[in-house]
Amino acid sequence: MNTVATPEIKLTSERKRGNSIRSRLQDVLPKIVLAPSFAVTVIFVYGFIVWTAYLSFTNSKTFPSYALTGPRAYQRLWRWTFESDPPSSWYTSITNMAIFGFLYVGICLALGLFLAILLDQKIRGEGLLRPIFLYPMALSFIVTGVAWKWFLDPGLGLEQTLHQWGWTSFHFDWIKNKDFVIYTVVIAGVWQASGFVMAMFLAGLRGIDSEIMKAAQIDGATTLQLYRRIVIPMLRPVFLSAFIVLAHMAIKSYDLVVALTSGGPGGSAWLPSNFMYEYTFKRNEMAVGSASAIIMLMTISAIIVPYLYSELREKAR
Amino acid sequence: MRKFLGTAAAAAVMMAGTAAYSADVKEVQMLHWWTSGGEAAALNVLKEDLSKEGFAWKDVPVAGGGGDAAMTALKAMVAAGTYPTASQMLGYTVLDYAQAGVMGDLTETATKEGWDKSVPAALQKFSVYDGKWVAAPVNVHSVNWLWINKAVMDKIGGTEPKTFDELIALLDKAKAAGVIPLALGGQNWQEATMFDSIVLSTGGPEFYKKAFNDLDEESLKSDTMKKSFDNLAKIIKYVDPNFSGRDWNLATAMVIKGDALVQVMGDWAKGEFVAAKKTPDTDFLCYRFPGTNGSVIYNSDMFGMFDVPDDRKAAQVALATATLSKSFQSAFNVVKGSVPARTDVPDTDFDACGKKGIADLKAANEGGTLFGSLAQGYGAPPAVANAYKDVVSKFVHGQITTSDQAVEELVKAIDDAK
Repeated sequence: MNTVATPEIKLTSERKRGNSIRSRLQDVLPKIVLAPSFAVTVIFVYGFIVWTAYLSFTNSKTFPSYALTGPRAYQRLWRWTFESDPPSSWYTSITNMAIFGFLYVGICLALGLFLAILLDQKIRGEGLLRPIFLYPMALSFIVTGVAWKWFLDPGLGLEQTLHQWGWTSFHFDWIKNKDFVIYTVVIAGVWQASGFVMAMFLAGLRGIDSEIMKAAQIDGATTLQLYRRIVIPMLRPVFLSAFIVLAHMAIKSYDLVVALTSGGPGGSAWLPSNFMYEYTFKRNEMAVGSASAIIMLMTISAIIVPYLYSELREKAR
Repeated sequence: MRKFLGTAAAAAVMMAGTAAYSADVKEVQMLHWWTSGGEAAALNVLKEDLSKEGFAWKDVPVAGGGGDAAMTALKAMVAAGTYPTASQMLGYTVLDYAQAGVMGDLTETATKEGWDKSVPAALQKFSVYDGKWVAAPVNVHSVNWLWINKAVMDKIGGTEPKTFDELIALLDKAKAAGVIPLALGGQNWQEATMFDSIVLSTGGPEFYKKAFNDLDEESLKSDTMKKSFDNLAKIIKYVDPNFSGRDWNLATAMVIKGDALVQVMGDWAKGEFVAAKKTPDTDFLCYRFPGTNGSVIYNSDMFGMFDVPDDRKAAQVALATATLSKSFQSAFNVVKGSVPARTDVPDTDFDACGKKGIADLKAANEGGTLFGSLAQGYGAPPAVANAYKDVVSKFVHGQITTSDQAVEELVKAIDDAK
């Protein structure tokens, strides 16, 4: 194949000899432009992942130390996961992550889709409603956390107000309750993100070819069937994007826990990110913090990589 | 020839370097988190003292007001090799940095100024590393205090509690009168700070030292420690249900307003009373935690001095000298609520609680009953202190239910963190 192509290339290159430097430059220009950011990513993302992994096998305390001392940090985390009664901070963190991640992603997806379908019914005032739902996303988690902290505080917010209005038997102290405090984090998180998910789904809904819907309607499909059999399956790529966005927001939500609960009673609202920060920077146990970070990374990879793989392979087919 | 060129180049680089740093020579770069009104006012005294000697003051900006953010910023600065002249530091952190070899040496100044004699030995444990002075202590806070609203006290007809049981009786009286008996903020360091006092009260000075300064395992799992947790369980019943996550100054405000009778807190709480224009003995009362008279559980703010280049040393020495001068020690601590870090400062400017604090510190220093607070990072390194705070907080909030379990967890956690 090469032998056939060569004369032709020679011919064109001879014809464009004057342009050859420029065309070569054009070939490499994207690479040159991308090189710095690529290098930065390699060093500051992947390089530091490797560095963190290395530190987790050392005895680093306040400052990094580089003498390898074996998997002591992992052994401690293992013990804290499986041999902890009462629950250790690490055990609390990972169970909280499971509860929070599952409910936050699940409720946001369900609520976002529901709102999007309602808004898609060609209602009046959609232009006004859409930004109202979307707006919480413009706030930072810190603001959301502080606002909900005041709202949920039994001495300041909802409970106090209802008591003043005369409903004195009303009782809602989840934010002060070690067993329920993580659900208040879910409430605040869902409030913030479901509008954004709604916008994503709405865009997806608008992208569906109306011909298909009409054809289905002519075939006698009810609205419920229409959505269940046709619309929602066609929104699959949107589900993927929304899931990725929500999952990474769930995993990194450190600020929400701090602003909303300051860690919760006895540290009962911690997520692994809180654990990692506490141990690395406040408790001067950098090795344990690094080990927890690596475990978080591995857990995420174990969930996201197969999911991405299956989704993307399906698309490619 | 080549060698000459090399020297010239090096000289040029050095000159360039000096030029770049020349702005810093007459400047004190200071990293601290004293941003509240009273604290900032207290620091101004130091700034003025230094400006009289021709040194400019430069705060190293730290995003976020708390000490944690400052410590993270400091860690980054030290890792990058750009040391500030000095930084506010607490207890074992100083030793950590000294161990990492980044602290300066102030021994010359210390000898000249006689710090060895005037600074309590307990503080020198943290400001002297390997025979060298690496930090200048600014103040001594003590932790085993009761802060009581006098109006409420009069209303319920209470008197100073001398024993733990009398304290419980007093709290009962307040409860019967419909006042919140105990103002507590539900953050782990506040709960642990109160527990420091309870342990000292329950086990006595010897026991406190063995358990919380020497981390002696026998003491940690002794029956006395169990009894301390039982006492904590008793006192916790007098806290209002809404305490979880409350800041310490909000708890103090409850006492100031008369919503609550008493707070167990370090003497920085006095700063809040003073800022609210309250005077000791007429508006509020300060007693030692019952059963801890004669002993002082302390923590201390220190200015850690970094190993700065020689041309910046003069500014550092000036800062250290000014920090430990009697006039600054007096002026600063009157505002801050704490007591001077040297025992030879006259107490004329201090209010009643301050005078009592100074006398107590002196007595405790001479009697060997001055102990580092474990909750405040002066009893053991941060890893251990935080493990301890975890256990106390979990006990307070019900994740740990019995004192047997608490003791078991405490031993395990401290052993793990060592």
